[in-house]
Amino acid sequence: MKELALMKGNEAIAEAAIRAGVDGYFGYPITPQSEVMEYLMLQKPEERTGMVVLQAESEVASINMLYGAAGTGKKVMTSSSSPGISLMQEGISYIAGAELPCLIVNVVRGGPGLGTIQPSQADYFQSTKGGGHGDYRLIVLAPASVQEMADFVDLGFELAFKYRNPALILTDGLIGQMMEKVELSPQKERVTEFDQSWVTTGKTKDRERNIITSLNLDPDLQYEHNLKLQAKYKSMEQDVMFEKTECDDADFLLVAYGSSARICQKVVEMARSRGKKVGLLRPQTLFPFPSVELARMARKVKGMMAVELSAGQMVEDVKLAVNGRIPVSHYGMVGGKIHSPDDVLNELEKKYIGGY
Amino acid sequence: MEVKEIIRPENLVYRRTPLMTDANLSYCPGCGHGTVHRLIMEVVEEMGIQEDTIGIAPVGCSVLAYDFMNIDCTQAAHGRAPAVATGIKRLWPDKYVFTYQGDGDLAAIGTAETIHACNRGENITIFFVNNGIYGMTGGQMAPTTLEGMKSSTSPYGRNNATMGPPYKITEMVAQLEGVHYVTRQAVHKPGPVRKAKKAIRKALELQKENKGLSLIEFVSNCNSGWKMTPNDSNTWMEENMFPFYPMGDI
Amino acid sequence: MAKAKGAIVVDVERCKGCQVCMVNCPTDTIGMATEVNGKGYHYAYMKNPENCTGCTNCAIVCPDGVITVYRVKQN
Repeated sequence: MKELALMKGNEAIAEAAIRAGVDGYFGYPITPQSEVMEYLMLQKPEERTGMVVLQAESEVASINMLYGAAGTGKKVMTSSSSPGISLMQEGISYIAGAELPCLIVNVVRGGPGLGTIQPSQADYFQSTKGGGHGDYRLIVLAPASVQEMADFVDLGFELAFKYRNPALILTDGLIGQMMEKVELSPQKERVTEFDQSWVTTGKTKDRERNIITSLNLDPDLQYEHNLKLQAKYKSMEQDVMFEKTECDDADFLLVAYGSSARICQKVVEMARSRGKKVGLLRPQTLFPFPSVELARMARKVKGMMAVELSAGQMVEDVKLAVNGRIPVSHYGMVGGKIHSPDDVLNELEKKYIGGY
Repeated sequence: MEVKEIIRPENLVYRRTPLMTDANLSYCPGCGHGTVHRLIMEVVEEMGIQEDTIGIAPVGCSVLAYDFMNIDCTQAAHGRAPAVATGIKRLWPDKYVFTYQGDGDLAAIGTAETIHACNRGENITIFFVNNGIYGMTGGQMAPTTLEGMKSSTSPYGRNNATMGPPYKITEMVAQLEGVHYVTRQAVHKPGPVRKAKKAIRKALELQKENKGLSLIEFVSNCNSGWKMTPNDSNTWMEENMFPFYPMGDI
Repeated sequence: MAKAKGAIVVDVERCKGCQVCMVNCPTDTIGMATEVNGKGYHYAYMKNPENCTGCTNCAIVCPDGVITVYRVKQN
């Protein structure tokens, strides 16, 4: 029987983490994601599954706790919001460099700086282009519903362990705070077997010592390590995920993820009711990005509009995918304000439909 | 008795522990780091806990500590070793987890992680090597550099008025409830080496008993950074460092 | 009275010639070689082997762990 619950997006992440058999959560309070740790603490996961939940002294500490724990092969995660994620960047770079699996959740708020606690999608660059120092990428998942907030926890860990790479759930205050019906997954057992080829759980007699490090003083080794990382990031393309709405006969395509994609679904509905053939492509993975599908769509539609709660970040990836074949533009509110479906439709009509 | 008659396996009384790897230590001649590494590995060997020990290497001269200790190790970002150790120990409470940190790492950039790991009473051991200088980056002033002491960023000597005085983080954390055992040791002479090794053993045994955090500060030399010969640096350390950083349990 | 007789073996190529062992030897057994090793260091050696009691002081203060110590008891 399905287990249904009505919960906030942030709570869904926390509940899904317990059910995914996560071993450890390390975090620090910040709006609008504090419910994740609050919910975990209330649930006494140490009794439910043996999961450890620890409130650290800072985001810097929590990401480094995650780094240490991830190096032992256990399933570990943290969550934060934009300014906190900025503080974590050094640690995230180390985790990527040392090739450790873990899950990071960013419930984005408007910036820059302390910004606002209202929702935003302005951390797209930071999430998909690296964020910290060095050439690295995170697996980036973009949920658009409370259901996906829950589902992507398990998916995030699956991909993180598949590639031995940190995965990031990029969501925002809108989905984090919103309540929706969610179908919960059954409880998974916590893992008890660890890949002895790399974990630091103590050197046993039957293997060499394992070292978790991102340091290669020899440039030849660091060069090889970088090539290996790049090959790994390239191979992630096989796990690209996106959802298409009314795309088969579309003349114009909206490209949007997360909360903005929810708004765009309404835009498609409104446009269709007026006889305008508008479709929506919603990336569920932002890295890997659905570039191949967008290139394919560029041969079918007359124009694309990336709709984001930012000054235009994902639009750059859409343009790269389309490679000049058709016009691509951006529309979106910034600084914590949210565009309405009418705003988007007006822009679409002004820019494309009216203009052609 | 001929020397070759003495040098026989049955007469062996001291050998380098096999828990030190064959890698050549990257430290300057006479640097105390090598001795501290070896003492820790000797204790791990004697306690028979190699399979259950995880070390955390810092950023600084001892960044490559993992190359020299034949145990599982994680290399931490600058100052973050106590947080990294916390993450491991919380999920593996039956393992022995220690950090190995210098004064810049532990007492400057990592102050927050140090104090909070201590305050939570994480059941880990912190080995803190204090030589009053940033060695790796070329001899800059550290939080533990003595007043008047010259370094490349205090070329006319540390001026307490403008640079702040050196501080005793070991005494500070000893005040915290979660901290069970704090001691200050040295490894420049046979007597201190024997005492330091006992302290290391005590700290790791306390971990087994779940007593909370233990921290051992090793006041050490940096002959390259101090621009002295190794033996002169040890004498200078006794005359100048020890009065400010006194030996013994705190 | 039983008297200990000792000897040390120095791993010459690992020795960095820091002289910490030499000043900590209570019996003036150790000196620094006039020759150098592969790294160019004047390495430690038993200058007065007859003095060695195998006390291990040199070995335990050696930062590079290059000294192995042997000891026999003589009557």
